[in-house]
Amino acid sequence: MIANYGYMDGSGEYYITIDTDKCAECEGKMCIAACPKGLFVPIEDDYGEDVVEIDSGKVKELKYQCMDCKPTEKPPLPCISACTPGALKHSW
Amino acid sequence: MTKEYWRWDEKCWKDESMDPKSAGIISAGIDIGSVSSEAVLCLDGKFYASNTIRTGSNSPTSAKDALKPLLEYTGIAYENLDYIVGTGYGRVNIPFQDKAVTEIACHGRGANYMVGPSLRTILDMGGQDCKAIHVDEKGKVTNFLMNDKCAAGTGRGMETIADLLKVPITEIGDRSFQIDTPAEPISNVCVVFAKSEAMAMVKSGKTLNEVLASYCKAMADRVTQLLDRIGVEKEFFITGGISKNRGVTERIEENLGIKAVKPKDARLDPQTAGALGAALFGFVLASKKGSKKASRKGQTL
Repeated sequence: MIANYGYMDGSGEYYITIDTDKCAECEGKMCIAACPKGLFVPIEDDYGEDVVEIDSGKVKELKYQCMDCKPTEKPPLPCISACTPGALKHSW
Repeated sequence: MTKEYWRWDEKCWKDESMDPKSAGIISAGIDIGSVSSEAVLCLDGKFYASNTIRTGSNSPTSAKDALKPLLEYTGIAYENLDYIVGTGYGRVNIPFQDKAVTEIACHGRGANYMVGPSLRTILDMGGQDCKAIHVDEKGKVTNFLMNDKCAAGTGRGMETIADLLKVPITEIGDRSFQIDTPAEPISNVCVVFAKSEAMAMVKSGKTLNEVLASYCKAMADRVTQLLDRIGVEKEFFITGGISKNRGVTERIEENLGIKAVKPKDARLDPQTAGALGAALFGFVLASKKGSKKASRKGQTL
């Protein structure tokens, strides 16, 4: 499943996309520790897979939550680097 | 008393041809949305009855208010329910549910039941959020996107315009087509901006129908942007309260160049898709993991 967490507002589109089929195969879930804002939380989804989702209390603030990691001079993002199965994408 | 222009029909319905006494598994689904709450009963995985009410000020009361009249209407005792699944915005606060399932998964399964295995894209236009969902032939979600950050493109936005212009919400769809000139653009980013622009249009001499057309167009454009992000595959189906507003749905179809399908059984209400999906999850859970009926023995709602 492709899960898109985020929003669209007057300033743009801010989505983090998680491919849960890839995420479910990852045992380490290193993205959880890698994100300095604690955006990723482990869950069992509706189909019984152990995956991560974006913290529901932070999902409407993604533009601001991710701001510190976003300067173009220090790619790649910590969450993307930590995600060994390549399940994560940012839309902005 | 001030007229409530936003008010829509609250109703109980059941399939008279079905008999709950002969059912092996009775499952209930309760969808506590931000604006409306629905309860659905399924008999052996088949849709039997539904109730739609306005969500009150707290989720536990709304859940009870949705389910209790439906049980009385159908003559089914609370203690005979094999499985109760809660979903929607208020799902974590339903005290008598056996399990909570996300509204994304429930809409997928409920819409699949209503349309059939050819369904691939669902647009759920809810009270305070909007969801674009892709499903496979079994109704399992393969891709989803939800926007619940603002009221643009939602039922709450439409209620606001109904009250502002003093037009009953059930008439908005038809009236939005009773215009001589194409709808003028209006803000699709924010309901507050749209409300200001709507008032400005009224003051500039536009008719109410022209303003309604502009608002319906703005709403359709907004959700089309959402759908564009995940793409639209046939068959395409619209659920939620706004699915009953042709002023919005026909403009979405025009934007996409695709006609939305209707439920295969015309008696099925697309507004109840989430609760139906929850009841279907309940049926599967009761079949695989066993009935929870014993935990309700001797209890009433």
